[in-house]
Amino acid sequence: MSKTKSRTAGCIAEFAGPGELLKAAEKVRDAGYKDFDCHSPFPIHGMDEAMGEKGSMLGPLVGLAAFLGGSGALLMQWWMSAVDYKVVIAGKPFFSYQAFFPVTFSLAVLFSAGMAVVGMLSMIKLRFHHPVFYSERFKKASDDMFFISVLSDDPIFSEEKTQLFLESIGGAYVEALRVDDE
Amino acid sequence: MKSFENTLTAQEPIKPLILGNPSFSSVTETISGICEKKETPIWWWIALGISGLLSLNLAAMIGYLVWEGTGIWGLNIPVSWGWAIVNFVFWVGIGHAGTLISAILFLMRQKWRTSINRFAEAMTIFAVLCAAIFPGIHVGRMWVMHWMFPLPNQMGLWVNFRSPLLWDVFAVGTYFTCSALFWYTGLIPDLATFRDRAKNRIKKTIFGVLSLGWRGGNKQWKHYELAYLLLAGISTPLVLSVHSVVSTDFAVSIIPGWHTTIFPPYFVAGAIFSGFAMVLTLSIIARAIFPQIKNFITMDHLGKIAKVILLTGTMVGYAYSMEFFIAWYSGNDYERFAFINRALGPFAWAYWIMITCNVLTPQIFWFKKLRSSIPVLFIASIIVNIGMWFERFVIVMTLHRDFLPSSWDYYTPTMFDIGIFVGSFGFFFFMFLLFLRFLPMISMTEIKGVLPQADPHHGGNSHE
Repeated sequence: MSKTKSRTAGCIAEFAGPGELLKAAEKVRDAGYKDFDCHSPFPIHGMDEAMGEKGSMLGPLVGLAAFLGGSGALLMQWWMSAVDYKVVIAGKPFFSYQAFFPVTFSLAVLFSAGMAVVGMLSMIKLRFHHPVFYSERFKKASDDMFFISVLSDDPIFSEEKTQLFLESIGGAYVEALRVDDE
Repeated sequence: MKSFENTLTAQEPIKPLILGNPSFSSVTETISGICEKKETPIWWWIALGISGLLSLNLAAMIGYLVWEGTGIWGLNIPVSWGWAIVNFVFWVGIGHAGTLISAILFLMRQKWRTSINRFAEAMTIFAVLCAAIFPGIHVGRMWVMHWMFPLPNQMGLWVNFRSPLLWDVFAVGTYFTCSALFWYTGLIPDLATFRDRAKNRIKKTIFGVLSLGWRGGNKQWKHYELAYLLLAGISTPLVLSVHSVVSTDFAVSIIPGWHTTIFPPYFVAGAIFSGFAMVLTLSIIARAIFPQIKNFITMDHLGKIAKVILLTGTMVGYAYSMEFFIAWYSGNDYERFAFINRALGPFAWAYWIMITCNVLTPQIFWFKKLRSSIPVLFIASIIVNIGMWFERFVIVMTLHRDFLPSSWDYYTPTMFDIGIFVGSFGFFFFMFLLFLRFLPMISMTEIKGVLPQADPHHGGNSHE
């Protein structure tokens, strides 16, 4: 134990409810913090604005995936039926685009659904070892508690001042997140 | 107009969606408690045992089918499509209600859906799995099942993209994948709750991996919410397209009684009809087994489901009569014969079962008293699904009298037809029981989100 050096990775503060969290988020934003987050068991309406966050860029990505899926499917069907191995079926044209619609549509949907999930997962920055998990109290964030976390990566983060600031805007149980480094 | 309580006229007080005025943590406790209980109720083991045995029976019968071939079914010429396609259409149809609830009702901001969407989506996934069994096994030579997909092969040949059977492969494959993705996305925050509540290491690791490091921060929620909205938007056309494509299996052929343009909308209405009946059956069973969820899935929910059944049942009834009318109006002798033969021929018994179950039964839901009686709802929901199975049976059995009277025949199922169908029910309930025991059957996150105290402006908390 003596070898491990402990450092502070950030701090968290608890707030009483969604309304309090929203107001506190505005104050943290106005104080100039960037690397902070508001944790709640369910999404809170208006939080993006309160935190000064931009909206998600997922929409255009999914649109692109739908376009690629659909056009790729049509291209595949054209190449397979009208170029690579032509088979006359019921005297229909080799490129029967009307009949190719269902598969085109299905693959457009499939690609966009895949992109919606993969894109979302890559944007939410998955980390199994995030500093907030060092707090025992934080476990309640997925139950009924509301937290603001400020990480030490933030340029204006200071262990003491940030904790005092969080307390001053109504945060309870302000806690430093101690990480043990080897 | 008082009866339309969900149409949100802002002046009227709105009934609470969730009864008992729960707190955030009591929602977590109630729903997680079901899965965290140490001792498993005896009924669960009994039900799992029965459905497990039926699933084993399904596997054994499929094994024998692979060994012996489709001759073990009651198929003949002209009835060359039998129960396999009937069951396939039946199960795919069931799934549609789950997608309608999770996607269309979400886009329409029908907040009452939050109580039932999780297990309706689970129902969709298991139903589509059951459906996928049948096209898989009916090909006879299962070792070349991969020929259904456009894969390079030694013959240099590709699949026929003009065939509705191939459209099915893509439509159902997409449907299953999207439903599974949608379901899993919805589960992530709840799995994080399970992770945080886990007492032992194994559970902690499993739920930790499954919840993907979810922290519930707004920087995650904003992407999550948009992804959920997009998935709802993406799944919405699927509610209409999948069963439309399934209906083209019939409608694109040139068999009298099948070659009609009414098939796609008529199939979609029927799918939603039977799916909602299945949601009703499962909700009532779940409420009986877990009385603690009665505040989440209220009588109001069951009443709303009954109204959807009434609406779609009436649409199906309209389609039946319109089909008949058009057959007469077309002036085509074969078309007319096909329909008169349905109603008065050797399979008339099946036709009238269908009419009784699907057209007459849902009409009882015009009465509020009957909509609020659990036994009536339960029996009606089962009758509707019997009727919807018979609808597909009646359609497929149109084959038994084709153009050539000398080849007319009758279809009798064998024990293998029946065993495989019953086995698919076993598999469906087996999966569903596992789901009820190990995963949150109601979305805790979404329920918390629709509680009055979840609104940041609730209780005088105003902000500019």
